Amino acid sequence: MNKQRYLLDYTLRLADDALIIGHRLSEWCGHGPVLEQDIALTNTSLDHLGRARTLYQYAAEQFNRLPQGEKKNAFTSVAIQNLVASGENLGEDDLAYLRDGWDFRNMLLLEQPNIDWAYTIARSFFYDTFNYFFFQHLAGCKDESLAAVAEKSLKEVTYHLRWSSEWVVRLGDGTSESHQRMQHAVNELWAYTGELFVMNDTDKIMLQEGTGVDIEAIKPLWMQRVSAVFEEATINTPTGTWMQQGGKEGRHTEQLGYILAELQFMQRAYPGMAW
Amino acid sequence: MTVHSFQEHFDSLIDRELTIEPRDWMPDDYRKTLIRQISQHAHSEIVGMLPEGNWITRAPSLRRKAVLLAKVQDEAGHGLYLYSAAETLGVTRDELYDQLHTGKAKYSSIFNYPTLTWADMGAIGWLVDGAAIMNQVPLCRTSYGPYARAMVRVCKEESFHQRQGFEIMLTLSKGTEIQKKLAQDAFNRWWWPSLMMFGPPDAESPHTEQSVRWRIKRLTNDELRQKFVDVTVEQAKVLGLEVPDKDLKWNEERGHFDFGAINWDEFWNVVKGNGPCNKQRLETRKKAWEDGKWVRDAAMAHAEKRKAKKDAVKAA
Repeated sequence: MNKQRYLLDYTLRLADDALIIGHRLSEWCGHGPVLEQDIALTNTSLDHLGRARTLYQYAAEQFNRLPQGEKKNAFTSVAIQNLVASGENLGEDDLAYLRDGWDFRNMLLLEQPNIDWAYTIARSFFYDTFNYFFFQHLAGCKDESLAAVAEKSLKEVTYHLRWSSEWVVRLGDGTSESHQRMQHAVNELWAYTGELFVMNDTDKIMLQEGTGVDIEAIKPLWMQRVSAVFEEATINTPTGTWMQQGGKEGRHTEQLGYILAELQFMQRAYPGMAW
Repeated sequence: MTVHSFQEHFDSLIDRELTIEPRDWMPDDYRKTLIRQISQHAHSEIVGMLPEGNWITRAPSLRRKAVLLAKVQDEAGHGLYLYSAAETLGVTRDELYDQLHTGKAKYSSIFNYPTLTWADMGAIGWLVDGAAIMNQVPLCRTSYGPYARAMVRVCKEESFHQRQGFEIMLTLSKGTEIQKKLAQDAFNRWWWPSLMMFGPPDAESPHTEQSVRWRIKRLTNDELRQKFVDVTVEQAKVLGLEVPDKDLKWNEERGHFDFGAINWDEFWNVVKGNGPCNKQRLETRKKAWEDGKWVRDAAMAHAEKRKAKKDAVKAA
């Protein structure tokens, strides 16, 4: 792969992360435990979806500039290959709705199901903490478009992190039931947190280029923050070290296929129409 | 003041088109009627999140997904304003939820119809929100202050919702044959239930007369329904859709459209619980509430722990 392709891969990963978590959070709309929290969670979902759109637009621009031969092989998607063959440019929706799971680059953590409020909070808390440090670094990167996204996202993610941290504490140090549920969710999702800091080829090349973030360097900051909140919440930090990974390379859990089956239904059943 | 003079004062506020505020004296029936009407309205917003929420995960584009999500979130916000307005009358949100969950309180029957295709998102915005606006705009001048003020905010957002619904329909009607078919199918299914949203005919509406006198209602069911038909038929022309009513005809003399007979038997059956989704909607709401209990308990327990710690620090 050349540098352009790595940048595309990097941009798409960030877009896929945002879309998949935004989609998961949107599943809560109308089903929240308290009306005010239903509204708060929807706000956060909208922030993620907004970021996904900007990033997909940027990814589409990059894709459309690739030489024809590279475009053809970029994704294993009949629908996208047909668009490329007919000389059409891709847009944000094509990238979100026409790729299959193996071309999605989101981290496994984000596709995990809502299950209950504790799982939802734990998943968001891990991701929000990561984002909080990640976007601080990305805001200073050489790529102006990504830096601008990071700048805007920082304001949002600061709020997201405050919200999810408060809930970890509330549930952890609430009733015995909520404590047990919170601890359980943290334990179950822990194995998906390792991937947040795995530097694959894309990460390494982007870092060399001055575009990417050194995510290994974020790990201790993340750990420190998570531990501090867990301590206040009387939650034990899991000791398990076996970590699941593969999302960044397109090897997902079984969850993603079902998300896409729902998310992409309209574009698959009624292809090529404007909505 | 005697009860008699309290009543006179209340009547004079009503007659002078002034608002009644939470601390003002009001007749018991006025309070009861308002609690019933405002809570029904609040419940309708919350239950109304479900049929549209049904399509958030399947919206056909990222833009539509975000707009729909924001729209359903607005409904939650409306529910919040309205529950708060009802609370000023001396009833708690939990009590009102309980009335909803036990079937004692009603909500708008329209939400007991299913959303079967994406076009239903257009039809609901255009027709259901359109009908809701007709019902609600007059309530911005209703006699009870907190309700009137909540309605001003609700109506502003509803008119945005209606535009987004109409825009979905317009996009479909300018699209492929299949998209036009989707639009017409949704119109066919939502037209009659939308007309029913204005409630039973005036002759059979038990509360109308008193409510109009109290300015809790400002126009009768039939007046509002006619207004809705007149406006919507013109909009359907713009969309190139056919109104599913063979008796629809412009009546020169009345200056209004005549329309066919509404199936009130269906209406009363849906009100009674026999609509296609009554059970499902209520079960979904109950499940959200019951599943959320441990979360609310935790938040409460944590807040108490916090307070106890703070008090201990103060005492030391």
